Amino acid sequence: MNWANAVLHGILLGGLYALLATGLSLMFGVMRIINLAHGSLALVGAYMAFLLTEHTSMSTYLSLVIVLPGALVVGYVLQWTLLERSLRAGELVPLLTTFGLLIVIANLLQEFFSPDVHSLPSGSIGTASWRISSHFTVPWLDALILGVAIGALGSLQLLLRRTQIGRELRATAADADTAELLGVDARRVYAYATAIAVATAALAGVFYAMRSAFDPFSGPTQLIYAFEAVVIGGLGSLWGTLLGGIVLGVAQTVGAQIDVQYFALAGHVVFLAVLVLRAVLQAGGLRVLPRGAAA
Amino acid sequence: MSVVATTRVERWSAVSVSFTGALAALIALLAFAPLLLGQNSLDNLIQLYFLVILAIMWNALAGYGGLVSVGQQAFIGIGAYGVVFLSVQHSLNPYLAMLVATAIGAAISIPLAAVMLWLRGGAFAIGMWVVAEMFAIFVSLDATLGGGTGTSAVLAFNLRYTPDQRLKYTYWAALAAAATLLVVLFVLLRSRLGASLQAIRDDEEAARSVGVRVLLGRGVLFVLAGAGCTAAGAIILAWQLSILPLGPDSIFGVDWSAKMIFMVLVGGLGTFEGPILGAIVLYLLQTYVSNSGVWYFVMLGSIAIAVALFLPRGVWGAVQERFNLQLLPVGYRLRR
Amino acid sequence: MSLLEVHGVAARHGLLTAVRNLDLAVEEGETVALIGANGAGKTTLLRTIAGAHRPSEGRIVFDGRDVTRLPAHRRAKLGIALVPEGRRLFPNLTVEENLRVAAAAGRKGRWTVDEVLETFPLLEPLRNRRAASLSGGQQQATAIARSLLTNPRLLLLDEVSLGLAPVVVDRVYDALQPLFEADSTIVLVEQDLGRALSVATRVVCMLEGRVVLEGPASELTREQVTDAYFGLRRGAAA
Repeated sequence: MNWANAVLHGILLGGLYALLATGLSLMFGVMRIINLAHGSLALVGAYMAFLLTEHTSMSTYLSLVIVLPGALVVGYVLQWTLLERSLRAGELVPLLTTFGLLIVIANLLQEFFSPDVHSLPSGSIGTASWRISSHFTVPWLDALILGVAIGALGSLQLLLRRTQIGRELRATAADADTAELLGVDARRVYAYATAIAVATAALAGVFYAMRSAFDPFSGPTQLIYAFEAVVIGGLGSLWGTLLGGIVLGVAQTVGAQIDVQYFALAGHVVFLAVLVLRAVLQAGGLRVLPRGAAA
Repeated sequence: MSVVATTRVERWSAVSVSFTGALAALIALLAFAPLLLGQNSLDNLIQLYFLVILAIMWNALAGYGGLVSVGQQAFIGIGAYGVVFLSVQHSLNPYLAMLVATAIGAAISIPLAAVMLWLRGGAFAIGMWVVAEMFAIFVSLDATLGGGTGTSAVLAFNLRYTPDQRLKYTYWAALAAAATLLVVLFVLLRSRLGASLQAIRDDEEAARSVGVRVLLGRGVLFVLAGAGCTAAGAIILAWQLSILPLGPDSIFGVDWSAKMIFMVLVGGLGTFEGPILGAIVLYLLQTYVSNSGVWYFVMLGSIAIAVALFLPRGVWGAVQERFNLQLLPVGYRLRR
Repeated sequence: MSLLEVHGVAARHGLLTAVRNLDLAVEEGETVALIGANGAGKTTLLRTIAGAHRPSEGRIVFDGRDVTRLPAHRRAKLGIALVPEGRRLFPNLTVEENLRVAAAAGRKGRWTVDEVLETFPLLEPLRNRRAASLSGGQQQATAIARSLLTNPRLLLLDEVSLGLAPVVVDRVYDALQPLFEADSTIVLVEQDLGRALSVATRVVCMLEGRVVLEGPASELTREQVTDAYFGLRRGAAA
């Protein structure tokens, strides 16, 4: 009986993971960069919201009005300075520089915010839940997060399909060289992609922080979950990322039902199982990983 | 004038012969250190040796194999916990346990290679990190290994050796491990495998088309790096005696990867001598500037970023290019 | 003043020099056929002019302005368009999306999506088809249409006949005919010597990165051209 509720909670949790993974997926799709600092940037978003809610009378939801545009700017600048140079320097370099960034961010956060654990106030939504039946309860916050995730993914899809910037993003992702020949500024396109990625990361970070406790070292864990969601759902597909997030979330909550300590482990096991499955299928000749992700 | 008649292909040059000789002599000399140096110095040198091991192993994977791994700490943890498991629970002599643990690490790396080597780039990097996290969780769930609060090999050593003896024997084990791995890597890179790895690095598709076994080459490096990092973990255990599976000081912590990346980037990715230089740099930083805490890691991370962007060949790579110097003859030279 | 001036340009691929110390001038309204064997450096030269490749030496002047350091997308906005070798459509975008990317990013002018679909009516029914699913000829038409949408003052065509059946190439050239006849400035790389000579006003032949023959199409003999092409005898500009 608790299992079904666990699965439901897993699906809801999947929404958060999908939101977190969106940016990672976007950056990989457009630039072939896996931003190891992605989780850390999400965490920075949470800490910014924390600053705002601690020192003003703003609610967490209102703080997003400041945090999100700020994140857009941070992402844009990050691409224009660090990542652009990393891309040009070599294939492996973005991994190394974003890892360096991860270390720097985690430690700077610790310096300025202390290693203490915090949580963001989630208002009345945070504590309320629907009781659907004797078996199912749905926390409002989790449902909101899933809704936001779907909304964000949907908006991003719309952006990609219907707008010029979306077409430029897809064109540059396919063939940056040729896009440039047509007048598309690839650097600017990449910067927009990173800006969107960091903004969705910050959004996810804030919701994560409302839902659970966070500390300066929570970044890497979120990165790993986001990455697992992306890989399970298939690199480069936005709705696949939602699916991957849900599968991961369900694996984790079901694992936790068996034993609370199995929470993360269950996710890791499913992740590796998917990898093994893909490796076996690949060996058998099927193309299951997109170009650039597999040998 | 025929170019062919006057050009020779050499492996050894006067410089590299003398340097390699000097290096061998140095290692022999260092073997006598426990008889000459005090405890503090020996302790420091052990640290230097396991840093060297970690650096050359990470470089083997990333610099020669093109595989950036952010999860080698998986093997460090296996090495450390392996020694505890074997020596504390199964009463094996701890130094013998170190050897066995290394073998276990190598054995684990084989099936792991089969799964992980399908991944490339960032997917491989994070995938290995996930593996490390998994091992950490497995260990933390195992009560016999101390669970989440960690464990120690104090008993295993103190029952057999005095602290002074432990220090000496650990020193020799560390020196032997570092020297052995250096030799193994040296021989490997001078072999056909070395040439094929260089080919893969330059142009993977072209290499494949002339029959180079790409997966095999990378597999060998993966297993070597796995074994090497396991050995380093075993030495770290012998040095610090107590370990934790989780938290910021975890033996499975990603901080180890941060150090490995720093050493190899600063020293010179893809060069033989570079990682050794990088290890020395890190060791000096740790000993004389700071060795833990926030600003230490901020410094490491920032320097790593700066080096990756502005000095991509590392200090040694830049020197090598500038002076056309090769101290250890891993490649070929044309002499006219 | 020529529309395009190339002064002493050298271009390399790693250690390989593809273009050596090359000078070229293209007047407004000309159609220049750039011919030469594979590996002569023609594609590299076009890409260098368009900004997709950095020259190691030399200058490129377009309409009096030194564009050597200008990135490709800025040159496209100035009016240099390259239809790349192998078409290189964006495979997962539809024909219309391929066109609209160019229409919005490039210069504005007489060419709009509607104009272009009128000139290449075969594309109209293919508007919503994924570019990757098109045949070679359809892709080539789309690629040319796409570059036209940037309203170029200088159109560079790199081997539009590559990989296409002769009948299809006929149709492509038929569609290009109005461009050749009008005042457009075109440089085209073409392996088919006959076709190249029939549409060009001037011929430039390259060998091993250098110009070995240059002159008005009407004044060069077939023999001169093939000799230069194969490097049998260095020909002189007429």
